[in-house]
Amino acid sequence: MAHKILIADDEPNIVISLEFLMKKEGFVVAVAGDGEEALAKVAGFQPDLLLLDVMMPKKSGFEVCEALRADNANAALKIVMLTAKGRDTEVAKGLALGADAYVTKPFSTKDLVAKVKSMLGIV
Amino acid sequence: MKAKQRFVIAIVILGLLMTGPFVVTSLLVWLDMKESERTMLTGLLLSRLPIGTMMTVFGFVVGVGILHKLFKQYVEGLLRMSETLRMMLSANRNFRVALDGPPEVQQLARAANDLAQQRDELLDDVDAQIARAKASVEEEKNRLAALMSELAQAVVVCNLDGRILLYNNRARLQFKALAQGPTSVAGGALIGLGRSIFSILEKSQVTHALEVISQRLANGKSAMSNFITTTRGGHLLRVQMVPVQAAAAAEGEERAITGYVLTVENITRSIEQEARRDQVLHSLTEGSRASLGNLRAAVTNLIDYPDMEAELRERFVRVVDEEAGRMSQRLDQTMADFSDSLKTRWPLEDVLAIDIVAAAQRRVEDKLQLPSKTEELNDALWIKADSFSLVFAMAFLAARLQEHYEIRELRFRLSEEGRFAYLDLIWAGHAMSSETFYTWEMEPMHLAGETTPLTLRDVVERHGGEIWYQREKAAHRAFFRFVLPVATPEIETVDVDDKARAKGRPEYYDFDLFKFQENSSIDLDRRLSDLVYTVFDTETTGLEPSVGDEIIQIGAVRIVNNRLLRQEIFNQLVDPERPLKPESIPIHGITDDMVRGQPTIDLVLPAFHEFCEDTVLIAHNAAFDMRFLELKEADAGVRFAQPVLDTLLLSAVAHPNQESHKLDAIVERLGINIETRHNALDDSLATAEVFLKLVPLLADKGIITLRQALEASEKTYYARIKY
Repeated sequence: MAHKILIADDEPNIVISLEFLMKKEGFVVAVAGDGEEALAKVAGFQPDLLLLDVMMPKKSGFEVCEALRADNANAALKIVMLTAKGRDTEVAKGLALGADAYVTKPFSTKDLVAKVKSMLGIV
Repeated sequence: MKAKQRFVIAIVILGLLMTGPFVVTSLLVWLDMKESERTMLTGLLLSRLPIGTMMTVFGFVVGVGILHKLFKQYVEGLLRMSETLRMMLSANRNFRVALDGPPEVQQLARAANDLAQQRDELLDDVDAQIARAKASVEEEKNRLAALMSELAQAVVVCNLDGRILLYNNRARLQFKALAQGPTSVAGGALIGLGRSIFSILEKSQVTHALEVISQRLANGKSAMSNFITTTRGGHLLRVQMVPVQAAAAAEGEERAITGYVLTVENITRSIEQEARRDQVLHSLTEGSRASLGNLRAAVTNLIDYPDMEAELRERFVRVVDEEAGRMSQRLDQTMADFSDSLKTRWPLEDVLAIDIVAAAQRRVEDKLQLPSKTEELNDALWIKADSFSLVFAMAFLAARLQEHYEIRELRFRLSEEGRFAYLDLIWAGHAMSSETFYTWEMEPMHLAGETTPLTLRDVVERHGGEIWYQREKAAHRAFFRFVLPVATPEIETVDVDDKARAKGRPEYYDFDLFKFQENSSIDLDRRLSDLVYTVFDTETTGLEPSVGDEIIQIGAVRIVNNRLLRQEIFNQLVDPERPLKPESIPIHGITDDMVRGQPTIDLVLPAFHEFCEDTVLIAHNAAFDMRFLELKEADAGVRFAQPVLDTLLLSAVAHPNQESHKLDAIVERLGINIETRHNALDDSLATAEVFLKLVPLLADKGIITLRQALEASEKTYYARIKY
């Protein structure tokens, strides 16, 4: 069964690339445009992995991550945070709030795909 | 026993000596004689008794005379001499013993006089040495103060209580710039000798810095501490503290800290610049991340999947196009917004452009023997420049011109164009090719044996400026134009008012304050010469505050440690919110135009209150001024509760027999030189001078302390008159 990936980002220009990429890799993909939608889609779509942008309207990636980790039902969900903020302090915050990986823009798509696959246990 | 009594006893003894032996002998002979012999003797004696008695009395009188003379010369003469000697010891050093009386007494007197002479010479020598030592200490202090006043850093020296002992001109200007509010001195940035530094700096921070220093000293580290503090007006000050230590009493003993030196730098502006630079960096890095991320992902997809559908491909291409456009736009925006902040960080100073021109002229004339002239010069133009390299560059160009075109004269011109200064080097005739100029621009500069690896271009770029060559065809001449950034000097130069007042060395220091005791409430039993005073005067619309006359000017000066501080003044016009009486205008010289728009008394009084906090107030005819102040206390929300001295009353105490105690009369009587009078500031200066002259006169009358001065004032005739 194909793994499901949810992309949460408010910038269409990155969503289009990520969506294309993940579909090419054979994942089932859903997209959320803001923090609240992301939370709703996690509940409804039940993804295996969430690509989560930090800077989003309504709820920031940090808030979404915190909310998800507060609920044990999502314990198995892998969270990869994507951000345009490169400071070490923010990386530390993301990981502390429960993200499994933290990727800083601009990133290499190949590396991202490799990371997603390894996190989902696909070699 | 008194000398007189001893004289009487001596006379009695003389009498006994003259009569005694005869009487005793006669008695013994009488007892030995027979009856017949006695009768015969009686007969013989009785007939001759008068002559014997007469002889005895005569002898006695002569004896008394001699005794009296001896007594006068030796006893009384010596007593007089001892009195004279006492006088020489205490009151009058120059007094000498008069040489009279018998030779022995005269010899004694001469010896005493010689001793006195020797003593005087010794005393004079000691005095001279003390005076010399004092003078050299004074000179050192002056030198130190002069040095401080020239420093570009703001320096303030305080004792442990935070009282200011010394500050330099830079500090004064810096804190003046910090002052806010409607009046010239308000805003909690009052700097002044004997004032507390804590009105400017946070007390807890200063205390903490002192603790840090003590700890560092204990650990054998260099004694220094830095902190950054915010003023009430929101300025950021970087303060460096170094302790002032007492001389070590014994070797190895810890030297006590008696005060500290603060160097204060207003870093508000540089912090702002720093923040702007940060913003630029941020907008160029963080701001680009997202766009770059989008670009990279899209481009990788395009490359990795060349066979994707046309529609999808087009969407990726559009992403690339959009993001590239967005990034270019951001870059342009950033450059436009922050171009000032992005300039090179070569240390450029704010200099007066004419100073640079003058330096270049000297250099050109010295090194090249090339005459120079100046044309239109904007002498108020400040530029940001590294003066050494800039002058070198100009002289280098002059040398090139002289060498290649044999120019005989060089002219300088200086003008301002927006944010830039144009500095032109003009010469007559000779067009030059752009190639030549290009070579000159790019070769390492050299001048009369001096070389530098820098090129003209380097210098110009360091300054964030430009240089070009231009012809003035009509005038048959050409010029090089340096374009340099204009600077806004941080601190305005000393205003004219200050200059006029500050004749001679400014009184920015008072090291006697090291011994100054912290005492915020005024101690009435302190000596008059040890107190801090605010001497003030007001100008008013009229003489009757009760019927609506108002204050229109307050002027004040400070006296600290018996010194008049001409730099520490309060001078403020006040809007009385009513028209001035025409007949009063000639008296104070203040017109309606001058007071209109000035702050009103309810704003000025709190500032004045702060200025004279913890000081004794002095005014001439103080009751008059105090009534005006007191009537406004409630409106302004302040109270002047400190002791008040009145020079009118003090003058009456010092010279009770003089008729007039008007300020003019006293000023003349005490020989004080005053240039102008009848404005509040000048009158308060005159009053202060009067007070300083009165202090020693009052001391002669036994009035030493503030309490005594207040009591004596109260008792004078003048004090009983109601104003």
